[in-house]
Amino acid sequence: MSGHFATTALHRIAHGRSGDKGNRLNVNVIAYEARHWPVLLSEVTVERVAALFAHRGVTQVTRYELPRLGALNFVIEDALEGGVNSSLGLDTHGKCLSYLVLGMEIRVPVEPGEGPRPSPQLQTAP
Amino acid sequence: MYRIGSGAGFSGDRVDAPQSVVASIAAAGQGGAIIFETLGERTLALGQIARKHHPERGYEPLLEDLLEPILAQCVTHGIVIVGNFGQANPPAAAAVIQTMAARLELGTLRIAVVEGDDLTGRIDLDQTERWDGDGRLPEIEGDVIAVNAYLGAAPIAEAIRAGAQVVVTGRVADPALVLGPLVAHFDWSWDDLDRIAAGTLAGHLLECGSQVSGGFFADPGFKDVPGTADIGFPIAEVEADGSFVITKAEGTGGVVDLRTVKEQLLYEIHDPAAYLTPDVTLDVTGVELAQDGPNRVRVTGARGHAAPPRLKATVSLYGDWLGEAEISYAGPNALARARLAITTINERIRMRQLGVRHRADVIGAVSAFDSDEGDLLVDYEDEAPGDYRVRFAFGGNSQRAVEQAVQEVNALYCCGPAGGGGVRQSVRPRVRTISHMVPRDLVEARYRFAEHHP
Repeated sequence: MSGHFATTALHRIAHGRSGDKGNRLNVNVIAYEARHWPVLLSEVTVERVAALFAHRGVTQVTRYELPRLGALNFVIEDALEGGVNSSLGLDTHGKCLSYLVLGMEIRVPVEPGEGPRPSPQLQTAP
Repeated sequence: MYRIGSGAGFSGDRVDAPQSVVASIAAAGQGGAIIFETLGERTLALGQIARKHHPERGYEPLLEDLLEPILAQCVTHGIVIVGNFGQANPPAAAAVIQTMAARLELGTLRIAVVEGDDLTGRIDLDQTERWDGDGRLPEIEGDVIAVNAYLGAAPIAEAIRAGAQVVVTGRVADPALVLGPLVAHFDWSWDDLDRIAAGTLAGHLLECGSQVSGGFFADPGFKDVPGTADIGFPIAEVEADGSFVITKAEGTGGVVDLRTVKEQLLYEIHDPAAYLTPDVTLDVTGVELAQDGPNRVRVTGARGHAAPPRLKATVSLYGDWLGEAEISYAGPNALARARLAITTINERIRMRQLGVRHRADVIGAVSAFDSDEGDLLVDYEDEAPGDYRVRFAFGGNSQRAVEQAVQEVNALYCCGPAGGGGVRQSVRPRVRTISHMVPRDLVEARYRFAEHHP
C-alpha cells in the first residue's frame, strides 16, 4: 500500500511538550490538523513510545486520548534516571524529550492530489 | 469579569515581565490580581538551606527585582499581588515588601502571610505513604532538610477577603495562587466543584508564565513566535461562571493560540480526568478551546470532582555531590578521540576505585536523549570531522571522591587523546526531594497579617 502512504517524521504533523514530576515524565503529542488525529491514534502507540525510551529503563507507559483536543498524553514511568535532583544526565528535567517522541517516523495517508512530487529528470545534454 | 495575570512562571524567570502585565490590567481600570510562581521542589529545598544559614533569608532571591517596578502601580490600581515567593521564609519576604513600600512612599501595606505548609519535625514520615510517581527513587536516607505540604487556595482567598493587598505564601499548589483571588472575588462556594475546577484550570494555564503565551514553544518553520525577546506574560479574563479567556499583556511579543494553550493544558498533567490538587480533582477531558480573536483563546468545560483525601508533601534531603567536567575535541577523527577520552576516564575511575556513579555524553553527537550507560552513543554512527564536547558527570556521597573524579578529566589535558581542550569543571552538593502523601488533619493552613516594621 506504499502508494497510499508516505513515511514522515511525527514532527511534521504534530507538536508537543514534555514535563516532569519526580521520576515520572509526561509528553503530550498534539495534531496540527484534525485530519491527522486518526494517524496519531494508530501510529503513536504505547509500544512505539516505550521502545523510544527502552534504553532509559522505563517501567510503564500509559497513553491518554483527548479527542476534543486532538491530543495524546503519554505518562512514562522511570524515564528520568532519578529525576531533577538525582540524575547524572544533562537534561535532568526531561525537557528535551518531547522531541525524542516527535522524531518518530510514522506513516501518513497521502491525500488525492497531494502525493509525492515526481523525481526530477536528471540528464547531461549530449 | 476579573483579570488575573502571571508575573513569573519559575524562580529565575524574566524579571521585567510583570511590568507589561500590570500595565495592561491597570489600563482596563477594574483592578485584578497578579501571581508569581517561583517555587519548584528544588527551589524550596535551597530556600530551606538558605534560611538555616541566615534566618532572614530563604525567600525568592529575585523578589525585589520582580516587585519594585510594579508595587506602586498595583497598590494604586487595586491589583492584588499573590506569590509563593515566600519560599521557605514567607515572613521575611513580607518584611522585605513592607520595607520596599516604605521606600516607595506607599505607606503601610496590608501584607498577609500564609502558613502551615512547613511540617518539618511535626510529622512521622514512616507513618505516611510514598507518592507513586517517584517510581524507583531510593527510600529516604540521609538528613531531612524540610517537609512541606502543598496547601490549597482557602487561606489565600480568606486573606484577600480580609483586605490583603499582598499575599505571601510558601508551598501552595501552584494553581491555588489563581484560584484564591477568584474565590475571593466571585465568592464561589468550595462545594461548587465545577467552578473550583475552572479556577484551578485557569491557574494551571497561568502558573508557568509565558509557557501559555509563546514561551517554551517556538520551533522555527513549524511553530513561529513573534518577538521572542519580549514575550508577553498571560492574563486570564475570568467570568463569574468560571469560563475564561487566556490572553497576554498589551504591546508585547509572543502568541496565544489553540496550539500554545493545548501544550500548556496538558503540561505536567498525568491522568487528564483526574488532576489532583488540594482543592479539587480537575477533569480536563471535556475542555473546549476556541480562538476568540488575535491572541485570545476562550476556555470552557472544566469539570470538578471531590478533592483527594490526602495532601502531597515534598520531603527534601541532603543529597549526593555532583561533579561535572567537560572537554572538547574538534576536527579530523574528533569523535574517535572523544570516545577514547570516555573509555580512558572509565578505566581511571576503576583503577583508582573511586566508587562514584559516572556517565559521559558527547555533546554534538548524543547527549540529552542518552542513558547513563550510553546506549545511544554505542550505536551512533561516526560522521565526518565534527566539533564535539565530552561532558562527564560523577555522583557520590563522598565529596573527595567526586572531586578526584573531576580532576581525572582535567588530567586529560596532558594524558588524554590528542587535541583535547577547554576543560571546565564544577563540584557542588545537591538536595534530593521525594514526595509523600499526608493526612489533611496533620496540616493546619492559615493566614495572618504581617507585623508592621518598615
